[in-house]
Amino acid sequence: MQPHSKQFKSNVTKALADPELQKSLFTVKKGLVENRAKAISLVSDFELLREKAKQIKQHTLSQLDYYLEEFETNFTAQGGQLHWAKDASEAQQIIVGICHKHNAKTVVKGKSMAGEEISINEALEAAGIEPIETDLGEYIVQLANEPPSHIIVPCVHKTRAQIIELFAKHHKKYGYDKPLTEVEELVLQVREIMRSKFLNADIGITGANFLVAETGTSVIVTNEGNGDLCSTLPKVHIVTAGLEKIVPTLNDVSMLSRLLARSATGQESTAYTTFATGPQRSDDQDGPEEMHIVLIDNGRTDLLNSELSEMLRCIRCGACINHCPVYGSVGGHAYGWVYPGPMGAVLTPAIIGLEEAGDLPNACTLNGRCETVCPVKIPLPKLLRLLRVRQFKERKGSMIWRGGIQLWGKLASYPVVYHFLVNIGIRLLSFLGAKKGRFNKLLLARSWTQSRDFPSPQGSTFHSQWKKYKKDHHG
Amino acid sequence: MSETLKIGFFVTCLVDAMRPSIALASIKLLESAGCDVTVPSAQVCCGQPAFNNGDIDTAKNIARQVIDVFEQYDFLVAPSASCLGMIKVHYPELFQDEPHYLEKVEKLSNKCYEILTFLHDVLKIEISARFDSTVTYHDSCSGLRELGIESQPRQLLNKVKGLKLKEMKDTDICCGFGGTFCVKYPDISTSLVSDKVKNIIDVDAKVVLAGDLGCLMNIAGRCQREGKAVRFYHTVEVLAGMAAEYPAIGEKWS
Repeated sequence: MQPHSKQFKSNVTKALADPELQKSLFTVKKGLVENRAKAISLVSDFELLREKAKQIKQHTLSQLDYYLEEFETNFTAQGGQLHWAKDASEAQQIIVGICHKHNAKTVVKGKSMAGEEISINEALEAAGIEPIETDLGEYIVQLANEPPSHIIVPCVHKTRAQIIELFAKHHKKYGYDKPLTEVEELVLQVREIMRSKFLNADIGITGANFLVAETGTSVIVTNEGNGDLCSTLPKVHIVTAGLEKIVPTLNDVSMLSRLLARSATGQESTAYTTFATGPQRSDDQDGPEEMHIVLIDNGRTDLLNSELSEMLRCIRCGACINHCPVYGSVGGHAYGWVYPGPMGAVLTPAIIGLEEAGDLPNACTLNGRCETVCPVKIPLPKLLRLLRVRQFKERKGSMIWRGGIQLWGKLASYPVVYHFLVNIGIRLLSFLGAKKGRFNKLLLARSWTQSRDFPSPQGSTFHSQWKKYKKDHHG
Repeated sequence: MSETLKIGFFVTCLVDAMRPSIALASIKLLESAGCDVTVPSAQVCCGQPAFNNGDIDTAKNIARQVIDVFEQYDFLVAPSASCLGMIKVHYPELFQDEPHYLEKVEKLSNKCYEILTFLHDVLKIEISARFDSTVTYHDSCSGLRELGIESQPRQLLNKVKGLKLKEMKDTDICCGFGGTFCVKYPDISTSLVSDKVKNIIDVDAKVVLAGDLGCLMNIAGRCQREGKAVRFYHTVEVLAGMAAEYPAIGEKWS
């Protein structure tokens, strides 16, 4: 998708003024957070699991080239076809090429953030192929012609009323005239529509949660079973996945799965965990005739070789997003690209550049709640700070702030001058504020006083009072 | 404590400028427990604003100043978890590439304390203050997550006569201050602090206490803008029995 992270500030203004969105975000802030807390409270060794998961991912990253080759060897041995895509456009070409080869008209899709990252739907449409999202949330945002606003719950920004309206509008053509209100009825309706789409689709595209090096297996976890159908019913199955999805062994998958569902939705495990190892074999009951995996780099190698490499441990659970107070107030669309919240604030500038997404690493209070819930212990606040360092070094941030910080830093290295000047300023401010005890407008602090009062200082600075205090109290 | 502890008191730039009574209350508590408190005048700030805005050189310069001034004391104590987190957790990160200096940094990191933890964990101080009110305690994020400060302030407050401590909802969620964040992204900050104010009003507390002046100014400022009658003090002002001597944050001398 076309990034609009540059408009972060105006996106925020819009999001904060949207009452429907604010209502919807409550699901994330409360529901998902409480579900996770309950789920992990039932695991006695959750902290140990986090540490182990971190080690598995870190170890894999440290020898990523080895495991990628091992995966390629084993996947190919199972009859799979592996494609390496260095960026989004290469990935698009590969996938559209496969579709053309099979004269594909329709593609059923499972949820895939890598797919979002390479704008696969736009590329397919441009090539005259109809992509059909089969994950309920993704289907809803596709009908609304919107990008997902959360990596786990793509349509979390939509209220039930909005969804009812969307279905009424788009499902008429299938002969559904009666508008529905109950969740079960809505789900059933989509299920009925989806069934024939699955059966008639030429190609299925899914993402991958894990790619297992030792077996050449691609693993997805889903709750609706749509991923299974995408990967087994059509003749051709294409997997889109980032390089970092590699794990060494099936044991690692079982270990990481214990964390993934609990961290994401608070489930002990998702309803479906699907293992796909190559296309259909002669004695298999079902499965595609061809299986392709498109391994996407799209900036990941650069990320691996940078100070932000720990970000590649991410298993896309969304816990950091659910616990982020900034996401909780502005929602996912404000971030302006595929990945929102803390993980997005690191990944987005790392992939599309700081010029495009310079606001994201700054729009964080560094409160650290994300780091405490990350199942693979990514030090998100530290990575966001490192992006600010990069921004400062490359002179990409606001020049006013840059100058201000440097000037203040200079002043701070002369304590005598600093204390003298600050005391004058503070005494003046406290004189002006003495009558009310606070200011509701301050020329130099308008960003503060637009919504908050600013307290009047008590009087003179502490340092100027200290000598007198010493004398009074100690003679 | 048999030996007199030599404390280097780090005022913090915000307390120095806005609310010296927090430093005076801290020093009163430290001295009443028999500490020898010095306030070096060659101190300004911990450097966190530079650090969090990506200006590593400025942050390092300021950090060096703090480290060199405070290394001679048994302890560095500061009335802010945020500044203390900077010194204790982030100074060692800043000097990873300077192994010679790092030793000095880590020494300081190991002997610096946020005031409430120092009073509770090290001095095990007795509290004689009285404060007749229903209060709620706001955890600052750096205190809670960088330094693990959660039970100490509450245990100290429970010793204050007349004080009734009530917990608000979502104590682990940020108030939206975030240093320069609150003026760089004032709309998001306002949204967060408004949620915090709602939780304070819901718990029906008359007074909000915290260990960080930044959070306090932010929440008090929003509360006062919304016209809510809640008062704000730093925890040490109550513990030292000095709250009555000063107007609450954002209020005038009567």
